[in-house]
Order: sequence, then structure tokens, then C-alpha cells
Amino acid sequence: MKLTLRVWRQKNAGADGAMSTYEVDGISADMSFLEMLDTLNEELILTGDDPVAFDHDCREGICGACSLVINGDAHGPERTTACQLHMRSFEDGDTIDVEPWRASAFPVVKDLVVDRTALDRIIQAGGYVTVPTGAAPEAHATPVPKPDADFAFEHAECIGCGACVAACPNGSASLFTSAKVNHLNVLPQGAPERETRVLDMVGQMDAEGFGGCTLAGECATACPKGIPLTSITGMNKEWLRATRKASRR
Amino acid sequence: MTPEADTTPEAGTTSGSAAYGTFAGYTTGEPLADTKAPKGPVNERWDTRRFEAGLVNPANRRKHTVIVVGTGLAGGSAGATLAEQGYHVVQFCYQDSPRRAHSIAAQGGINAAKNYRNDGDSVHRLFYDTVKGGDFRARESNVHRLAQISVEIIDQCVAQGVPFAREYGGLLDTRSFGGVQVSRTFYARGQTGQQLLLGAYQALSRQIAAGNIELHARTEMLDLIVVDGRARGIVARDLVTGRIDTYYADAVVLATGGYGNVFYLSTNAMNSNATAVWRAHRRGAYFANPCFTQIHPTCIPRTGEHQSKLTLMSESLRNDGRIWVPKAKGDDRPANEIPEDERDYYLERVYPSFGNLVPRDIASRAAKNVCDEGRGVGPGGQGVYLDFADAVRRMGRKAVEARYGNLFDMYRRITDEDPYTVPMRIYPAVHYTMGGLWVDYDLQTTVPGLFAIGEANFSDHGANRLGASALMQGLADGYFVLPSTINDYLARNPHRSGDDEVNDEHPAVQEVLADTEDRLRLLLAVDGDRTPDSFHRELGELMWEFCGMARTETGLRKALERIPQIREEFWRRIKVPGTGEEFNQSLEKANRIVDYLELAELMCLDALHREESCGGHFREESQTPDGEAARRDEEFSYAAAWEFTGTGDAPVLHKEDLVFEYVHPTQRSYA
Repeated sequence: MKLTLRVWRQKNAGADGAMSTYEVDGISADMSFLEMLDTLNEELILTGDDPVAFDHDCREGICGACSLVINGDAHGPERTTACQLHMRSFEDGDTIDVEPWRASAFPVVKDLVVDRTALDRIIQAGGYVTVPTGAAPEAHATPVPKPDADFAFEHAECIGCGACVAACPNGSASLFTSAKVNHLNVLPQGAPERETRVLDMVGQMDAEGFGGCTLAGECATACPKGIPLTSITGMNKEWLRATRKASRR
Repeated sequence: MTPEADTTPEAGTTSGSAAYGTFAGYTTGEPLADTKAPKGPVNERWDTRRFEAGLVNPANRRKHTVIVVGTGLAGGSAGATLAEQGYHVVQFCYQDSPRRAHSIAAQGGINAAKNYRNDGDSVHRLFYDTVKGGDFRARESNVHRLAQISVEIIDQCVAQGVPFAREYGGLLDTRSFGGVQVSRTFYARGQTGQQLLLGAYQALSRQIAAGNIELHARTEMLDLIVVDGRARGIVARDLVTGRIDTYYADAVVLATGGYGNVFYLSTNAMNSNATAVWRAHRRGAYFANPCFTQIHPTCIPRTGEHQSKLTLMSESLRNDGRIWVPKAKGDDRPANEIPEDERDYYLERVYPSFGNLVPRDIASRAAKNVCDEGRGVGPGGQGVYLDFADAVRRMGRKAVEARYGNLFDMYRRITDEDPYTVPMRIYPAVHYTMGGLWVDYDLQTTVPGLFAIGEANFSDHGANRLGASALMQGLADGYFVLPSTINDYLARNPHRSGDDEVNDEHPAVQEVLADTEDRLRLLLAVDGDRTPDSFHRELGELMWEFCGMARTETGLRKALERIPQIREEFWRRIKVPGTGEEFNQSLEKANRIVDYLELAELMCLDALHREESCGGHFREESQTPDGEAARRDEEFSYAAAWEFTGTGDAPVLHKEDLVFEYVHPTQRSYA
């Protein structure tokens, strides 16, 4: 198939960006969206143009590196990552807009590449269990009810891509943050740090310049791993509980 | 470490003849031995080693800087643990976040000899299975230690909050996995690697927040700094600004993964690369068993020229799926129209006791054989069926969905076919490299102060890795082995501060810096007419054909003739747009290909010199009458550690003889 691409080009963080138009031909329906961009880049290199920079790595939908807004949707029309989006989702002759994640906490590095280190700093603020290597008790010492383990897993599936932030009209990282809060706070292993975790992570999220949550729900629609919107209400409950407890002290 | 540069008879038999162009062959140097593993009963060696190793006073640890390159399971766990101990850790990853390292893509599980199932498992059995599964080409001391540590890994990960699958009683679930007969594999649905990596990443994050780790993301190691024979730092490039910097330390740990991307198409991440290990090799670290690569049997077949990478389907699928091809050649009916008696369930037929669960190398080669016979299915006949019709009948669709739902979804997304109703198509793909930097029992390379952990080293899997053992080894090395053994090196206090400072003015550093800068400048200056990918693809196709699932002397000699030609053409025709002082993904790629083009040659040479079949290395000249791999223990029961002498020059082979005191080598039999 033959496609018209309108791609965000921006030389570096300090430069102004703009949409540039490219034609690509000979695109197979079996190609992934990123393989389609590879095809464009091969042509750009040979014609002496600067290829389009984009983040990608595993191309299996699990590393969370890819971060494209396609026709206005984070990761495009299917509920998956851009690397797992295939060209059979498009029609011959389509015009496709490709942009980077747009959020004030994610400055553009180049073209479609953004800086998502703010998400790392939210985890650093409390998204862990303090258990130095070697200090662990025998694994079966603490049984975990299966529903709790399953609940933890469903939230632990977050790949940290940032689609939730890109999709949110407020640029909020609430879904990302709540996924980790819920994962760890439901487990007995995460209980001792339950309050400090949610307070510190939410505090860091605010400090990074992410917007507030108004439960618009766009995040959960864009999430390639299906983290539910109730994750955020769960986090809010944890936050309220921790705040009350702290105020009693 | 200077070997005798003699020309042995072997060098004569393997150096290039006129018919095949010229390649330099190799020479044989002094044998190599692991001097760190203590003598005595194998189950006491790790305790003995830890007791005999030197310790660093907790108050002195913060004076020591350790560089860790890579943030996967091995690097992430090592960085976190070293920082917890009080060392000053400087850590690097090329990704934008340490959470994205490719360990994250491991699906199936992690082995541990917990014997929670009471099914006859034990540390000794895991040790035995790993040595045997590796086709008797791994070091017994290392493998036994790995089996011992496996149980501690599960404890550690559970305490971190890793959400392993659980039974209704709240205890951990396990399953049997690829080629073993006990259920010792712990898992988190099809995302075990992700969950374990996030555990390590979170531990790492805690140490970053505490100020114990200085993290450099989007920064790629381009060379190793060796001063007075010791590893003292690295040269790395900031991938955003292009700035090249030096970083100094008392010890350097490489946790940079495997080199499967030499083949262009593999299940590795697109940016996984061999530059760190290859540059270390060029600076004096021996490279062991480079030809031992694992071809994974259950990957999604390629669809065309545009294919950029291959996707693995967890081999846990083989627990319930049945592998078959049509009995007749060229049978192009849709799978569901081929009647039962015209199907050949070839693994069940040839290996009745293991059936579809034979080890990876055997399953891969069997698939290649039936495709070579013209019985392959799908586009180009490069595929075999993995059929779940029986499983759905036996357990019901719901149970199949619970066990494999996410894998089936992934398959459907990629192929647009529904595996509940149409058999999956699978084909082998490069997946893991057992070879890597040679390390002793302490995981130290032949360059003092340089350690290699995880897939980057060669140590534990011999010629073939068992399923669910990569995660185990990465975490064993990072959480438990390296943090103990590196103490011994640092305790000797090899660099007394003050009188042993290394800085950018040191001639050795100047040389490395100039070398790196020249290389990048040259890549940008050629301005030829071929893209980096076009060279990478050409090299990959050559390697897949001649150094893939089955290897022959003729094929390997052809490859050894061709690789120097590709290298020459590369430096004449490569085109890298842009500059070095900016975010430049083409430059990153081209620079990695420079190293693939050298490593590929060593892989082929190693494969040529090892005139036996073992594990993932199948030489067609060395097989049993019924077509199985035939080892030649009397001649090849050694690890081949190669010393670099110059690009295109004959490397020196150092043999580490393997001694088997506990697991007696037998011809593997899975019939």
C-alpha cells in the first residue's frame, strides 16, 4: 500500500518543531508500524535526509520504549503498543499523522523521542519494597491469597510507556503511579511501607509537573496493558487513608 | 598472558586455502584454568570460596567505585546489591530507563530447586539437568553454585513483591518447562522476565534515590579503559548530546547481555548489541565458545523482507501444543483440512518419552529437517504447526485461555490468525548466546578488575541452555555471586588512592579516547551508498545460513572468506547521515555493526575449529547414525577461550579443560 505520512520533526529539545510530509510506497499489511517507519528511514538515509528518530527496542510490546501518537491516539488505533500495531489496521492511500507524546513533563529530545525520566523518579520516590539482597524470608513463609496476587499482577503489568500521560487532557501520570501503588500495597510484602509509598509517589508526581486527575478516563482507554481506571480510585483511597493516619500522629 | 605464538598442527589444518580465499586461521596458546573454584566436594565449594575471599570493611566500601554496564536482570540486581553493601556504583544503560533492558521480554519462567512439588527435585538434580542439558560443556563448580543459589533467588524476588503465580491456598505455583521432568519453574503468567526485572529495577531505584548509584541512562559504553593491566573505567557516549566521556572506577562489571543480534534477525531487542563485550575482548578479555548460540524452536515465522526482528512464543506452549507437519511434501492444504493420519507429529514419533518437550536445540533442528525435506508450512515453507486442538478438547477453551491467553493474543496480533481454531505456525530463531566473555569462578575475566555477569559471560550453560535458566543465572550472578566475589578483588585494594590516579591525561586513556573518536569520525566521513541496516542484514543472512542451526566445514569456510569482504565493503560504502554531536540512531547502529563484523568472524572460526556437535553447535560431519549430535569428548571436552590479536589476524586459542567428577558425560538421549 501507499501512504502519506505527516511526521513531527524537531532537531533537538531547544529547536522548534513542525510536521513534515513524506510519501511511502510498497508497504505490506504484515509490517508493524515501526517497520513501516524503518522503510521510510532507509529511503531518507539514501537520499541524504535525516532519518526520523523514534524510541523502540524490544518490538514485542513489553519494554515500553515506543511512544508514538498516531492519528491523535497514543499508540494508534488498536489497544496495543505501536510496535505491535500492524499496517493491516490502515487502508491504502491513508494519510497518517505521527507525533511524539505530548506532555509538559515529557520534553521532546528529538523528533518522536521524548524524555520520560520523570516516571523513573516517581518509582524512586517509593515504588519498591525495602528488602536488601539476602534479607528475604523463605518464600512460602507468607502465603498470599490468590485474588490478591492476581490483583497485584494486573497492576504490575504496567510497562511504563507513558501512553496514559500522553492521552490525558491534563497530562496526568495518575494511572502510571496508581498501578505501582496498587501492585505493592495489596501485598503483605508491601504493607510496612504502604503509607509512605503512596504519599511520596504522589508527591513526586506533582513535583514533576504532571497534571491532576479529573477521571477523564482517556488513560485507561490508551493503556496497552489494560490497567483499569479503578486503579486511580484505589490509589486515591490509599492516599486518603495515609493522609488521615499521618494527621493523627 | 602472552601465549606461545607457535604454529601448531591445528593451525595448519584450519588456516585458509586458496580455494576459499584467505582467513588467518588461529594459533594455540597456553591452556587456561580456573584457579578460583576451591577443591573439595562440589556442594561445599561456594561456602569455601566465600569464606576464603577477602572482605572490604563496610566503612571503606564507599571509597570504592564500581562501574556496572547494563541494567537487565544481571546488571540491575548487581548494581542494587553492590550499592546496598555500601559501594559507590556508577551504572549505565543505553535505554531511556533501566526498566527497559531486554530481560523484560523473557516469558516462560525461572527455575529453582525448591522441590515445593515433592516431585523428586533437589539442588543436585538441577545441577545434573543443567550440566547434561548443556551437553557437558560447562564447568561443574559454577553450575552447582547456580543450582544452590536458585532457591534464594525465589525468596528474594517474593520479598520484593514480584507477583508470581499462586495456587488458591496462597502458595507459589510451579510448572514443568522445556526438557525437564520436574515442576521447578516459577512464573508470572507469560511475563516472568518483566516482573523479575521490575523487581530488580525497583531495588535499583531505591539505591538511586538514596544517592548510592549514579545512573547514566541513554549512555552507551564504547570502550574499556585498561591501565597497567587492570580495568579502570570505560569510555561512553551520551546518546542525546553525542558527548564522549570517560568514567573511572576500581572495577568494571559488564552486564550487557548476549550477541544474538549478529544474526540481524533474532528475538533480541533491536538495540541489544555486542559492543561492550567485543571492545573488552579487544582490550584483552578472552572470548569463550562464541559459536554456542541457541536457536529457539517456538518463534513466529518471518513474513517478508521488511522483517526487523523475530518474536518468541514461550516454549511453555510445548507443554500442551502438539508439533506437526504434513506427511507429504508440498501439501499446501489448510491445516484443518489435513486428516489426522496424514500428519506427522515428528517429535512424538522420534522422541516418544520426551515428545514435544525435547530440549530446544533438538526441537529446532528437527523443525529445520522437516522444512528442508519440503514439508514446511506457511509462506516459503519455513514453518511447522503447533496445534492446540487436542488441548482445547481435553481441557476446554477456558483452561487453555487461562494458561496461554496472552501468548495467543500476541500471536493473533502479529499474524492475524486465531490459534484457538487454526494451528499456530512456528519456526526456530536465534534467541540466546551461551558463549561470552571467559570468566573464572569469581566471574572475573582475563583482565583483572573486569567482571562479566549474566548472558555476557560464558559460564553456566555449556553448549545449550535449558528453558527458564537464563533468568536464574542473571539473578544468581547479580544478586549473589558477583557481590561476594568482587569483594575479594577490591579487598586487595589494588588502587590505593593518591598514588594510583588515572585521568584523561594518562597515555592509555588518550589512546582509547582517540581510537573511539576516530572510529565515529570515520563512520560519518565515508558517506557511501549503503545504509547500516543493509550491511547488518547481509551479515545476518550469511551467519544464519552458514553458522546457524547446522554447520559444515565448507559453509563455515565460505563465511570466513566472505566476512572480511563485507567488512572491507562496509568501510568503503557505509552511509551515516548527520553528525556525532547529536542524537543519531544511524551512527549508533553503524558503530555496533563494526563490532558484529569482527565477532561474526570469530564465531565462524570457533564453529570451524570445534569439529564435533554439541548442544546448539551442530556440525553435520559429526552426527550419530540416526542423525543426532555426536560429541567428541576426547578431543573437545574444553571451553575454547580466544585471545584477540588484531582485526583479521589469527586469534590465539586457550583451552580450559573441563573435568566431570559428578555428572559423567554420556551421549544425550531423549528418545
